[in-house]
Amino acid sequence: MIYEVFRQERKGQAFQHAGSIGAPNLEFAEVYAREQYGRRQESTALWLVPRDAIDELDDFVDELGRTYHRVDGYSLKEKLKEARERAAKSAAHFPRS
Amino acid sequence: MTEQEFLEYMQSGGQVETGDWMPDDYRAKLIKFIEMHGNSELMGVLPEREWILRAPTLQRKLALTAKVQDEVGHAQLIYRVVEDLGKPREACLDDLVSGRAKFHNVFHYPTKTWGDVGVIAWLVDAAAIISQKALLKCSYAPYARIMKKICWEESFHILHGRDVVLTLMNGTDEQRELVQEALTRWWGPLMQFHGNPIPRDEDPMYVWRIKSQGNEEARQQFLDGYVPQIWELGLTVPDPKLRKRDDGVWEYTEPDWDELKHVVTGHGPKTEERLGLRQTTRAETEWVRRTVLAEAA
Amino acid sequence: MTTRADLLLQIADDELVLGWRNSEWTGIAPFLEEDVAFSSIAQNEIGHARALYQLVADELGTTADELAFDRSPEEYRCSRLVELRLVPDWARTIARHYLYETADAKRLEELKASGDAEVAGLAEKIDREEAYHRMHAEMWFDRLKDEPRFREALEELRPLVDERGEHGPELAELWEEMTMVRRSVAGATW
Repeated sequence: MIYEVFRQERKGQAFQHAGSIGAPNLEFAEVYAREQYGRRQESTALWLVPRDAIDELDDFVDELGRTYHRVDGYSLKEKLKEARERAAKSAAHFPRS
Repeated sequence: MTEQEFLEYMQSGGQVETGDWMPDDYRAKLIKFIEMHGNSELMGVLPEREWILRAPTLQRKLALTAKVQDEVGHAQLIYRVVEDLGKPREACLDDLVSGRAKFHNVFHYPTKTWGDVGVIAWLVDAAAIISQKALLKCSYAPYARIMKKICWEESFHILHGRDVVLTLMNGTDEQRELVQEALTRWWGPLMQFHGNPIPRDEDPMYVWRIKSQGNEEARQQFLDGYVPQIWELGLTVPDPKLRKRDDGVWEYTEPDWDELKHVVTGHGPKTEERLGLRQTTRAETEWVRRTVLAEAA
Repeated sequence: MTTRADLLLQIADDELVLGWRNSEWTGIAPFLEEDVAFSSIAQNEIGHARALYQLVADELGTTADELAFDRSPEEYRCSRLVELRLVPDWARTIARHYLYETADAKRLEELKASGDAEVAGLAEKIDREEAYHRMHAEMWFDRLKDEPRFREALEELRPLVDERGEHGPELAELWEEMTMVRRSVAGATW
């Protein structure tokens, strides 16, 4: 069995993928993973997941360009430039006291 | 993607993951390279293993055991990568013990004294870490990732080795002699370690960006980093031609490439004995693997 | 020597010699993963020996290293169980591991209850690491308990747990090897 191992370096941090471990079952995998990924106190927690439990999201396609819920869907540079120029012009007409 | 496009992608710094498409030739080269690295970690255990029982203080005993433990741990990580590329660990071990697979030249030589233990941990590991750091940018991402952990652990090995050597150098004449003798013995193999100086663009491992530097670059980096450290201790490097030119390049006596070839093809002074030990212990623990795996199945 | 020093030396010698013996598996265990695990156990044992020797050394005005290396083989107080050379026999190695951890757990319970704060404190620390050893020993016990060679090994080795006094030839051989570098240059620092 191959298990993917995720480790948490310090309490409160996100778990990160550390690598994988081969073992006959989960009990052995846990012992061996703590040796491979924790013996220098470099991890506060380990999380073992059987490899086939990991879903590949290749089929999550964006055929219709749904960019509105991502940051790359917003290009503000041009609009900001225009807005700044407009504000500068009107300030010239109505100087602040 | 065509093979040519793949190659261009690699050469522009691209990386691939296990499940991605890759040309057969690239996969075969990866397996060959990474498997040899795994074999070297595993065989690298043996020259030091015998000295675990002879370490002269509790602190040295603990450090040496931990170092050798790391090497086995590295073999474990590396064989996992090979396994995901399609070659199971047991197949790698079959090829290793039967003498069909290669491992690094330095692990074919005897470890004669405690001085060798210090010189191996300091300089052999220093040479190895130079090669390994150049793999942090490997085009095969899973290999590059484990290399981070490996390099992190190797840095302790060099310190341990240097500490052993410094303690001997600060000791008695006899102890200093142990270091000098070991350095003299290991210098040849160390100079051969990074391989013959073929231009990097003719080295398929560089062309595919499996490694990111040429052999001679690695050797120059080793000399530049470590020869001054060796000299400052009053040790003599057994090469009268060794010097750093004004342009920063190190000159040295041509290493014995025939010896390198002879040794890595399985004819080193300790090759047979060490493969024999691997074979015997593997056979004697075969029942354990069978029992544990049968129950798990 | 006080009875305290005498008892601590006995435990330290057990841990030292077993640690040395277990370290013989480094590089040749049945799985690479097991190699790494068993090496940690060997390191812990030697670490425990060092801490115990230190307590005795403070009392006797010597050092942990001198107690570990510079006595003659007859002076070691370890049990027969730990001195046996068992590589490459994994069944007997695990049988010893299991028997030792079981006996050691009992001994540590008594030490933790000791009126001597130093001893009790160290026993607490050691026990926290031993908990992992016990988990590892039980994991292997479960896996091998139906194997005839493992059951035979348990029967063979059980009587040796508390056998102390006369050493077998294995201890002298081990001592020769573990002290050879240290003896090679008299009075040197390593």
